[in-house]
Amino acid sequence: MTAASYDVVVVGAGIVGVACADQFARRGMRVAIVDRDMVGAGATAAGMGHIVVMDDSEPQFSLTRYSQTLWQGLRLELPDDVEYEQCGTIWIAADDEEMAEVWRKREYYNKRGVPTEVLDAQTLQRLEPNLRPMAGGLLVPEDAVLYPPCAARFLSERAQAHGAKFLLGDSVAQIGQGRVHLSHGLQLAAEVIVNAAGAYAPDLTPGLEIRKRKGHLVITDRYPGFIRHQLVELGYLKSAHSVTSDSVAFNVQPRRTGQVLIGSSRQQGAEHREVDNEILVRMLKRAQEYIPDLMQMSALRTWTGFRAATPDKLPLIGPWPADKSLFLAAGHEGLGITTSLGTARLLADHITGAKPEIPIEPYLPSRAAKVEVHA
Amino acid sequence: MLSEIIVTVNGVPVTVPSGATVTTAVLLAGKACRTSVSGEPRGPLCGMGICFECRVAINGKPHCQSCQTLCEQGMEVRTDE
Repeated sequence: MTAASYDVVVVGAGIVGVACADQFARRGMRVAIVDRDMVGAGATAAGMGHIVVMDDSEPQFSLTRYSQTLWQGLRLELPDDVEYEQCGTIWIAADDEEMAEVWRKREYYNKRGVPTEVLDAQTLQRLEPNLRPMAGGLLVPEDAVLYPPCAARFLSERAQAHGAKFLLGDSVAQIGQGRVHLSHGLQLAAEVIVNAAGAYAPDLTPGLEIRKRKGHLVITDRYPGFIRHQLVELGYLKSAHSVTSDSVAFNVQPRRTGQVLIGSSRQQGAEHREVDNEILVRMLKRAQEYIPDLMQMSALRTWTGFRAATPDKLPLIGPWPADKSLFLAAGHEGLGITTSLGTARLLADHITGAKPEIPIEPYLPSRAAKVEVHA
Repeated sequence: MLSEIIVTVNGVPVTVPSGATVTTAVLLAGKACRTSVSGEPRGPLCGMGICFECRVAINGKPHCQSCQTLCEQGMEVRTDE
């Protein structure tokens, strides 16, 4: 039997995969996308949907800022249920030491054309009255929030409108050498295979250094106006960067409904999906240190997900050196909702030979490839 | 013998017998308890603390179950309006 043939087969219908399918389909390529589950069922559904510019490294800044401008460009097309709100981020400084970091961060962003505003203690208190008195903060007004599952659905519908074929409910057994083998026996032939399977990408591409990093989220009932910006502690970077130990950080988000989304936690090596009460309590206690009244609120739901973490905290975008047909769009850790759009553009530009708007080199998988050579 | 209690629902005084739930006061005031995300009125469904459809703000505290709370003298009840 002849296998169905496509220009591109994307494996994984998370927000990164559907963004890629959308880009390829819009460029006139014949695209199929395969997922064992529904669109946006994995890390996409466990992401906060914070469209944020980050300054951990120059390549991380470039990709997040580039992607944020792409989201801004898409804004008017997004359906109402994507709940895109440009509420801005406030990076909270708890003490004078962190206030010094506010000024450093402001300098970094200003040099690169990202508007910011330094908030003193009084201004911060006025903007966010439910926050315990703090040293100050940095407002980044162009940061936004959205509801990731609906954003992924929007991108998948746009891809389908351009002819992309969605094969959902079939798991993938094997990929490579221009073939995608589904578990029940179907084969797809593809010039280009994109592994966008997130935390599960290494199952299909052995040698890929991506590890699961578990996170917890809590969503409250509706308390309109309780907070007005995405609020993140400046100590976030310290805790998010620890690759060896479990950590929690204050990171809360106002939803359009008035609900408050509470994060965040990071756990290494946890494989089970169940809520871990110990780390959940640590996470909520951390949040309470910043917002004492949080503990008076009622929570509606608590859930978990797995970030796809790479050793150098940058995603893998581009060709996999061991297989000419295989490309990666994976390893986005906690930034996949933001960087999905930039990733898709970069990969599609690379494959079609178009000039990319930012260099792809820092994200190329060859930087990290540990390809075993067999004699 | 039942005594009477006066509470306010959205600022309007409502008289109920002692032992009445806040749900009773809200119904006497002719109000829905809350508004759903999609803008529909919601009111008591199960009457036994399970469905959470009867939530109101009581003395400034939001999301209190009105069917599980007894009226007290001077209580200020607010529904979503």
